[in-house]
Amino acid sequence: MAALIELNGVGKSFASRAVLQAVDLNVVPGRIVTLIGPNGAGKTTLVKIVLGLLQADSGSIQRSADLRVGYMPQKLHIDPTLPLQVDRFLRFASSDPAANLAALQRVGIAHLLKQTVSALSGGEMQRMLLARALLRKPNLLVLDEPVQGVDVTGQEALYQLIGELRDELNCGILMVSHDLHLVMAATDEVVCLNQHVCCHGTPQQVSVDPEFVALFGGKTALYTHHHDHEHDLHSEVLNSSGQTANSTGSPCGGPTDV
Amino acid sequence: MYDFLYLALLGGLGVALVAGPMGSLVVWQRMAYFGDTLAHGALLGIALGMWLTWSSTLAVIAVCLAIAGLLIVFERQRLLATDTVLGILSHGSLALGLVALTLIPGARTDMEALLFGDILTVTVAEVAVVWLMAASVLLVLWRLWPALLAITVHEDLARVEGVAVDRVKPMLKLLLALVVAISMKVVGVLLITALLIIPAATARHFAKTPEQMAVLASVIAVFSVCSGLASSWWLNTPVGPSIVVCASLFFVLVFAVYNRRV
Repeated sequence: MAALIELNGVGKSFASRAVLQAVDLNVVPGRIVTLIGPNGAGKTTLVKIVLGLLQADSGSIQRSADLRVGYMPQKLHIDPTLPLQVDRFLRFASSDPAANLAALQRVGIAHLLKQTVSALSGGEMQRMLLARALLRKPNLLVLDEPVQGVDVTGQEALYQLIGELRDELNCGILMVSHDLHLVMAATDEVVCLNQHVCCHGTPQQVSVDPEFVALFGGKTALYTHHHDHEHDLHSEVLNSSGQTANSTGSPCGGPTDV
Repeated sequence: MYDFLYLALLGGLGVALVAGPMGSLVVWQRMAYFGDTLAHGALLGIALGMWLTWSSTLAVIAVCLAIAGLLIVFERQRLLATDTVLGILSHGSLALGLVALTLIPGARTDMEALLFGDILTVTVAEVAVVWLMAASVLLVLWRLWPALLAITVHEDLARVEGVAVDRVKPMLKLLLALVVAISMKVVGVLLITALLIIPAATARHFAKTPEQMAVLASVIAVFSVCSGLASSWWLNTPVGPSIVVCASLFFVLVFAVYNRRV
């Protein structure tokens, strides 16, 4: 299958310090590729090169002619002085209110349409960002640390949503992560980055690769989760007044951050 | 009979209208110090105008634009933090302006008018320039509004979605330079930033969308100019500071009422 984006031998330096060296990367439709690596490994730099926000110093980058990127940045900080509600936030991507509502419905936060952005929880914020990325009708989703600031239960739900979106849209997904357990279960291919590509392959292959073990230690057991129950997002986070309420009787007992 | 008063009001209103959306952007992007720097540069502009015998409005606009340009260039280096660069330019140009004004032979300067505004002596031509500039700035802000807002929210995301960030960002600074240049006559060098940020900060309490905040800030600025002029007329106080005092009173009032409710 033709790649959506293909990087060959990409290198990048900042102030003569090499951040990336000879990186190959390739995302095809319908596959989730996850970049993992320690802090300072160049993950964000690589994502910025993929997005065209940074120019590589060397190597080649091929983008497919019909590439449409939906980008979900690592963290959104909205200054409290900026009055911004979720519906207004989505208008940056699309001026069609029906489409915006549909995107919110798809990510499970339609009830937050009129919510102030700076009052959203971590998980709600990530879902809103995902909705904005979806509104661009992307064939490539670039998700920089999509579960940051979300608790474990919420992370699992988000990864599940990302997997569903991949199936529905048949888009390629490039994801950045530094957590290991959950993301390994949610991805087709792992690229382990530490300035260069240490190893890559399926999660099963990578988790036993000596270079991976050297970076992350041998303790990393692959997280395979078996669902024994489902959460209903709306009843979970909504009380009668329409305000968000934390964990009203989650069967797991833990707080649910979605 | 009170022609000068109407003229002052007209000039003040032109500035107040543009202060709403521009002030909101200054608040959101934390550019208050940037505004101060431009305002201090305006003093240097006055000195330059006298020296070259240009019209002072023209000279102020030229110097403000030049300082904005300098800052745009300086922002691209990483050796010094932006607020350090701003501090150097801000106080450097203020000091240079003050020194230059005393050195220029024959320059009879009313320092108080420069520092705190002198709207009551505004001429028809100056009011025309104020309205021309204010209208142009409002027009450009209107056109760039979605892009400016997208950049305020998240610059990289805006860039990925096709916003011409590298064109729009410097544009905002140039527009701010123009607003500062036309505000100088109304409230003076030291109080320009106040006229930008206080109405916007007051409007924040009521606004649910960025657009509401921008429009409401203009309304509050208009009220501040009107009430400032009126109180200056009745109490015989300087106009510029009176306008800022009124704006501040509105802010304190709204803040007190709003925070009691929360």
